[in-house]
Amino acid sequence: MINVLLITFLITLFYMAIANRLLTYINVLALQGVLLFFVVFLQLNEISTLNLVLILLETIVFKSIAVPVFLAYVLKRNKITREAEPFLPNFVSLIITTVIVVTTILLANIIKDTHLDKIFFVVALSTLFTGLYFIATRRKIITHVMGYMVIENGVFVLSLAVGNEMPMLVNLGIMLDIFASVLILGIFLNKIGDVFKDIDVNQLSNLKDY
Amino acid sequence: MTLIYLILAFLIAISLFVNKNKAINVSLVCLFVILQWAYTIYACFNFRNIELDYFTFDSLGILLLITLSVISIPAMIHSFIYIRNNNEETPQSRGIYFAAIVGLITAISAGYLSNHIAVTWIFTELTTLCASALIYHHRNKLALEGTWKYIFICAISITFIFIGILFLSLSLQHAGSDDLSFKNLLSNAGNLNPFWLQLAFLFIFTGFTAKLGLVPMFTAGIDAKDNAPGPAAALLTSILTNLGFVGVFRFYIVVANTPLHHWANLVIGITAVLSVFVSTVYMIKVKNIKRMFGYSGIEHMGLVMLGLAAGGVGYYAAILHIVLHALVKSSLFFQYNQLYRVFQTKSIYHIGNYFKYNATGAMVLLFGFIFATAMPPSGLFVSEFLIFKSLFEANQIIVLIIILLLLTMIIWAFGKNMFKILFIPAIGFNDKTVPKISSWESVTQIILLVASVYFGLNPPKEFVQLINESIMLLPI
Repeated sequence: MINVLLITFLITLFYMAIANRLLTYINVLALQGVLLFFVVFLQLNEISTLNLVLILLETIVFKSIAVPVFLAYVLKRNKITREAEPFLPNFVSLIITTVIVVTTILLANIIKDTHLDKIFFVVALSTLFTGLYFIATRRKIITHVMGYMVIENGVFVLSLAVGNEMPMLVNLGIMLDIFASVLILGIFLNKIGDVFKDIDVNQLSNLKDY
Repeated sequence: MTLIYLILAFLIAISLFVNKNKAINVSLVCLFVILQWAYTIYACFNFRNIELDYFTFDSLGILLLITLSVISIPAMIHSFIYIRNNNEETPQSRGIYFAAIVGLITAISAGYLSNHIAVTWIFTELTTLCASALIYHHRNKLALEGTWKYIFICAISITFIFIGILFLSLSLQHAGSDDLSFKNLLSNAGNLNPFWLQLAFLFIFTGFTAKLGLVPMFTAGIDAKDNAPGPAAALLTSILTNLGFVGVFRFYIVVANTPLHHWANLVIGITAVLSVFVSTVYMIKVKNIKRMFGYSGIEHMGLVMLGLAAGGVGYYAAILHIVLHALVKSSLFFQYNQLYRVFQTKSIYHIGNYFKYNATGAMVLLFGFIFATAMPPSGLFVSEFLIFKSLFEANQIIVLIIILLLLTMIIWAFGKNMFKILFIPAIGFNDKTVPKISSWESVTQIILLVASVYFGLNPPKEFVQLINESIMLLPI
C-alpha cells in the first residue's frame, strides 16, 4: 500500500512537469500533502501516539490545507497571471523529469542496504531534484516557492524512511518545514507582492557588482 | 548557565523589539554585551564541561566564542553610530535592528558550542532568520531583492544540511547507534557505512557553504553583505562565516577518521580552488566596495579550506586564519560606514582621495588592505604562509602555483580599487558638504587590526594550545 502511495506521489511530479496553470500546481501540492498523510499513517507504526498525531496534523493541516490556501490567496491578491510560464516547453520538462527519476532508480539499484526501503530513497531524491529543476526553469517567483515546497515534501519522504528508528529526525524535518515555509511565504505575502508588482525573476537582477 | 544565557538573551531581544525609548535601548544593548562576556568568561572557566547535554565548552568553541565576544563590542558601538547618523531611523526600525543583532550573536554563540550536529543545524537556521531582518533594514527595493535571495538560498541550503543529516543517520544505523552527537559519530567512525557517509558529507558540506561563503552557494552571502548595514555586514562576514566553518569542520573531523579522508580532502580542495578562482574573477571587475570586501572573504575561506585539505600544518593554519580573518575583515566593514558618510555612495567610481577627508580612517583602510591581502606584518601572512607550506609538503605544487597566480591577481585588483579610494580624487565630487568625522570612531578598528598582528606574529601560549587542541582529533 505504501508503495502504491509513493508511486502516486511520483506520478504527481510528472503531472506537475506538464501543468500549465498555477492553480494546478497548488492542487498538486495539496494532493501530495494528503498522500504523505497516508504514508505517515501506514509507515510510522512504532512511534508514540502523540508524536504520530503531531506528524499527521502537520501533513494534513499544514501541507495540504494551510500552504495551498495561502498560495491561492497570494495568487489572487497579487493578481498573478494564471500561466506558469516555464523557460522550456512542457514536453522537455517531462523528458527531464523522467531522466531524473530513471537516474535515481539506477542509483538506488547500486545500493546494497537492508536498512532502507529503496522506494523511499527513489521518491525522495527524484522529488528533490525535480523541485530544483522547477526552481531553475520557471519564470515567476511564486513558482520558485512552489518548487521549494516540492523539495520539502521530498525531504519529508526521506525522513519517513528513518522515522521509526529516529523519530527525532522527522520532528526536526517538520520544524524545518514550518520554519522555512513561514519565513519564505511571510516575506512573500508582506513585501515581494507589493514592491514587485509583476513578479518575474528577471526583475530581481538589480544587485550588481558595479 | 547556557540555559540562563539563552533565556536572558531571548528576553533582551524581545524587550529591544518592543521598546521605543532610546535610553532603555542603549542600556539593554549594554546589558547584552555584559551577558555575552559573562557567558564567555564562564565558558573559559568551565573548559571541556558539558551543559544541557548538547553544549560542550571545547577548544574550538571557546576560541571562536572569544573572537565573537571581542567583535561584538565594536559591532554595537558602530551600530549606535550608524543609527545616530541615519536620518531615516525610527524607534521601531532601531528596535528590530538591535533585536536581530542580539538574536544573531546568541544563535551563533550557541551554534559554536553545540556538540550535536542537529543542534548546530537548528542554530544555523536561526541565524538565517536574524540575518534576514538585518539585510532588510533599509526597507527598499534592493534590500528586498537581497533579502529574498538570501532567504531562498539559505532555505535550500539548510534543507541540504538536513538531507545530509538524514543520510548520516542511515550511515550510523550500520554502526548500531542512533546518537548523532559528534563524539558518538567519532567513536563509531570505523563502522559508518561509507556510501551514506559520502552522500551525507556532500550534502552537509554544500549546505554549509551558504554560510561559509564558498562555491556553489556563495552568492547569497555577497548580496547579504551588500545590503546589510555596515556593522551588521561585519558580523555576517566574520562570525557567521565562522559558524559555517564550525559546522563543516566538526563533521570533517568525523570523516577524516574514516577511510574517506582522502576523498573528502579532494572535495574540499576542488571547492577551495574554485572559490579562489571565482573570487578572482569577481574581484577584477567589482566596483562596489562592500561587495569587494565580500569577495575577498570568499578568497580567504577558499584558502582556509585549502589548508584543511592539505593537512599537516595546514590544520593549524586554517584555524589561525579564520580567527585573524574575522578580526581584519570586520574592521574593514566597520570602517566602511564612515567612508559612506563622506561620499554617500558604494561605487568606487565616485569615491576618491579619502586621505583628504579622514586621515585616520584612510590609514585604517590602507592597513586593512595590507592585512587582508596578507602582506607582512599582517598576521594573515603567517597563516597563509603556513597554508602554502602545507600545500608544498602535500606535494600539491600545481595547486600551489595556481593559487599563487590567482592571489597575485586578487592583490592587484584589490589594490587598484583601494588606492583609487585612498589617493585619486573622484571626478565631480563636491566636498563642501563633507561631514567631519572624529578619529575616535576608528579606534576600535585599529585595536582589531593590531590584535590580528599580535595573534599572528606572536601568539600567546594559551592561544596556540587552544588551536592545537581543536585539531588534535584529526589524523596527521
